[in-house]
Amino acid sequence: MSNNNPIDSSPREGCPVHDWATDFDVMDPGYNRDPGPIWKDLRERCPIAHSTRWGGSWMPTRYDDVRDMARAVPTLSSRAPGVIPPSPEMREILIQEVKEFGAELPPISADPPLHKPFKQLILPLFSPKAVETYRPFTEKLANNLIDKIINRGKVADGAVDYAQQLPPRVIAYIIGIDETRADEFTEWVRGILEQGQANPEIRLKYRRIIRDYFQEMIAERRRNPRDDAISKLMEAKIEGENLSDYTIIGVCFLLLVAGIDTTWSSIGSALFHFGTKTDHRNRMYAEPELFPTAIEELLRFYSPVKMARRVLEPVAFGGVEMQPGDKVIMNFPAANRDPEVFENPDEVMLDREQNRHMAFGVGIHRCAGSNLARMEMDVALRTWFNRIKDFEVIQPEKVIWSGGQVRGPRVMPMRIAGA
Amino acid sequence: MRLCVDPDKCEGHNRCYSIAPELFEVDEFGLATTKNDGLVPEGMEDKADLAIANCPEFAISILED
Repeated sequence: MSNNNPIDSSPREGCPVHDWATDFDVMDPGYNRDPGPIWKDLRERCPIAHSTRWGGSWMPTRYDDVRDMARAVPTLSSRAPGVIPPSPEMREILIQEVKEFGAELPPISADPPLHKPFKQLILPLFSPKAVETYRPFTEKLANNLIDKIINRGKVADGAVDYAQQLPPRVIAYIIGIDETRADEFTEWVRGILEQGQANPEIRLKYRRIIRDYFQEMIAERRRNPRDDAISKLMEAKIEGENLSDYTIIGVCFLLLVAGIDTTWSSIGSALFHFGTKTDHRNRMYAEPELFPTAIEELLRFYSPVKMARRVLEPVAFGGVEMQPGDKVIMNFPAANRDPEVFENPDEVMLDREQNRHMAFGVGIHRCAGSNLARMEMDVALRTWFNRIKDFEVIQPEKVIWSGGQVRGPRVMPMRIAGA
Repeated sequence: MRLCVDPDKCEGHNRCYSIAPELFEVDEFGLATTKNDGLVPEGMEDKADLAIANCPEFAISILED
């Protein structure tokens, strides 16, 4: 392996990358527009790359390496799953909160044995049966959004006006937020996940608003329990103890940060794909029975999520020795393009039947909301194709992609031919 | 043809259940078990193979009798 530099966190963000094997940048706009060629190059000559950017990290690109790493629990710890380190102000706040109350967002940030009881707490909210009960609401929502898009005219932003509008409202519905406040809630969530990405003050402002709102909801449910997720969390016990309000709020926050920009990225990427590939778009109009395999294939090809792990004890993967404290990026998106596992990996095949992708991770940290994400994609795409006669991305090369932890289109003007 | 799901490997992805609900059930945590003792009805062999080939945890296998 070409690199064994000690981790050095000196910031060099913004400089051009000369060699992706020793200096990769997960925030590079070109990389986030089309990472496939870079992963292909790395997989062939340096399958576990290293960079000192963004706090320093290792980045695997082969399926087997990513899989082995994801399963190496707890040698690779999930206590700090962020790919991009928090700003100094944010870091201070997070450290203070963890000191006071314990793990911030269990189970995503927990190792065994804490992980399992928390995961079992949320899994029933997202079982296939539970998710089907959210489908009618999601369908109504998607139709309302399409009504607005069609009424407005011939141009819409597939990311802002559609993809980003669905997941926050579905999560709000599951948690139990009043429908009359769903628009407001969606703005708060977008404040954290969008504007807040570049501006820690905005992020913090909306974090506080949402935290206070959840606290009010808990107080209200204490008087009048309901059948929503927040009431269920209030009744739940771990090792015979009720959860503290802080923990309940932490779990609700996890549902927000884990279930929203991830899913809107998948929906947005799917619209990008069909809005730029005319033959695939026409095929979906003609053969809607392809939706199940097409959705899995888009999840594989445009996998939005990378997670980070911290090395707890000296360990080697693929001949690379890693030291305690090293950060490792679980590069599920690159693993899903490995030619050892996928035939023609850099090609989208809408009818690909063998598709053992890891878009939702593998091992104990498998995404708890994967059934929900799939249902939302299914409803979002079917409703879009049912209601909109034709569409295309106006300038594909001008689409703005987010990167780092979650990759997906964020600004994507499209031409729309209404129903 | 008889299938089994390794409960130590299954993490509840539900890929098998969505491909072949005739062959698998899942519980409230998403963990899969086989229906009908894993026995695959005639004509369902292709679906069984697809379920095996799509499990991200490599948790499904064919039991040798």
